[in-house]
Amino acid sequence: MAIRILVPVKRVVDPNVRVRVNASGAVDTTGLKMSLNPFDECALEKALQLREAGVATHVTVLTCGLATSQDVLRTALAMGANDAVLIDTAEATPALDSLGVARLLHAYLATHDYGLVLCGKQAIDDDIGGVAAMLAGLLDWPQGLDASALDATAEGWRVTCGDDSGTATWELGGPCVVSADLRLAEPRRVTLPNIVKAKQKPLEILGYRTLGVEPAPLARIDALSEPPARKAGIQVPTTAALIDALAARNVFGNTGVAA
Amino acid sequence: MRTLVLAETENGQVADAALRTVSAASERGLPVDLLVLDASAAESAARVAGISRVLVAAAASVDIAPETLAARLALLASDYSLIAAAHRTLGRSALPRAAARAGGAFLSDITAVAGANQFVRGLYAGSVVSNVSTAAATTFATFRASSWPAAGSGEQAADIVVLPVLDSFAKTRLVERHTANQSGQDLASARIVVSGGRGLGSQENMERLGHFAAQIGAALGASRAAVDAGYVSNTAQVGQTGKTVAPDVYFAFGISGAIQHLAGMKDSKVIVAINKDPDAPIFSVADIGLVGDLFEVLGELERHAGAAR
Repeated sequence: MAIRILVPVKRVVDPNVRVRVNASGAVDTTGLKMSLNPFDECALEKALQLREAGVATHVTVLTCGLATSQDVLRTALAMGANDAVLIDTAEATPALDSLGVARLLHAYLATHDYGLVLCGKQAIDDDIGGVAAMLAGLLDWPQGLDASALDATAEGWRVTCGDDSGTATWELGGPCVVSADLRLAEPRRVTLPNIVKAKQKPLEILGYRTLGVEPAPLARIDALSEPPARKAGIQVPTTAALIDALAARNVFGNTGVAA
Repeated sequence: MRTLVLAETENGQVADAALRTVSAASERGLPVDLLVLDASAAESAARVAGISRVLVAAAASVDIAPETLAARLALLASDYSLIAAAHRTLGRSALPRAAARAGGAFLSDITAVAGANQFVRGLYAGSVVSNVSTAAATTFATFRASSWPAAGSGEQAADIVVLPVLDSFAKTRLVERHTANQSGQDLASARIVVSGGRGLGSQENMERLGHFAAQIGAALGASRAAVDAGYVSNTAQVGQTGKTVAPDVYFAFGISGAIQHLAGMKDSKVIVAINKDPDAPIFSVADIGLVGDLFEVLGELERHAGAAR
């Protein structure tokens, strides 16, 4: 089984940047450091490892968004992806929700042959985690979410997924959609020679209308705000003072523990 | 229109997280139905306060594949304006798939209900609060159970409707489940959580913290750094990519307090932080902070808890 792997990625505010809501009630990302979504990096790394192991022949990275998203595609190419696709969503970009992205990916896959879609389990900006299962549903493919291990088998894939109390291991038959936990693979460092090489790799730009999908947002953000700040706490000098402070607040009042 | 709550069950009873989701769904002011996958739980589900009907979709096994459940939910979607579940693995994997198949919207980890189709949820690891509205015929959404109290028991039993059996999705098969060792308390619903970070320094020390947690009836949590260092299994992870907790008391031992960790615990009622670094960000959210050696503090707390018993 030698297949091609599609890795959908997203350009997000870097995880080390603290995001704030500005006076007009929006998140202004101008000037903020942007990165490849960390979970997508893990997905891409796993895809590259599968190619290096001979399970796959080709790894394509794809993103939906504006022309500015080409920077993260170049990063992905420098990590080792064979080629990249930008679905330019132009004026429809603000209206893209999870289903819009899943529909664009579904339309792209209708005319391109991939045996595995491997993406991050959630984007760290909107924290929804819906696209992988939505795409699998549209394709009627099996799905494995929050994967921490993924291996090819004779008939498909064996995937270990995080669940509420541990892990669950599933056998998935045929092509499938898998979303990566941070534990699936440790992303490799990008080297300077590879950054130079990545500039020569193919990056295709497709207008979203060529896919025949009109993203109609079903979920709309009405307002953004900062979370309420917690009241400033107290500092205690000793464990005895800590125990007294806990007792004074009666924090164990409902829990049956003697403070 | 009505609301359907996917109710996970344990030993024939509706799970606590599902009861809390019922409370969330009830805030829309529309009739609420429950969907249970275990026929033996139907009777107890019918006595949950405030619900109209119990739909029983008996699964071939308790380990229903999310693909099979999603097909069921998509078939039911036309009767419901909201299909809700607790923000747990089953809901997180089945609801978005069902939403795509039914052409509905999907939202996750809702923390408040602002209207029939208006919800509140966090973005950027909880750094931003967003008010979201949906324009779909059916919205599929997972709810942060700890944000609501559990629904009680009603006087009257609701009607029970048994749904026809559906074929299982053929291309997915469960091989095995592995349950990680953890202290007796369920992390997501514990009243006290004792968490350790990289400051613990070793697996042995994390085990010691786990004993202290058990001693005071708490669940053991951990930061991602502690999980990545191999001190504890990842089911203990609290944060953006782990579990979200809101206990009465949250103890953070040797946790620096990265934004991704704070996302998982800052709704705790009282936060106690013990860290040797006075500049650790965890102190910015702590109600009670103690700058010092966590092992000394832990030793004194262990003796205190032992003496109090």
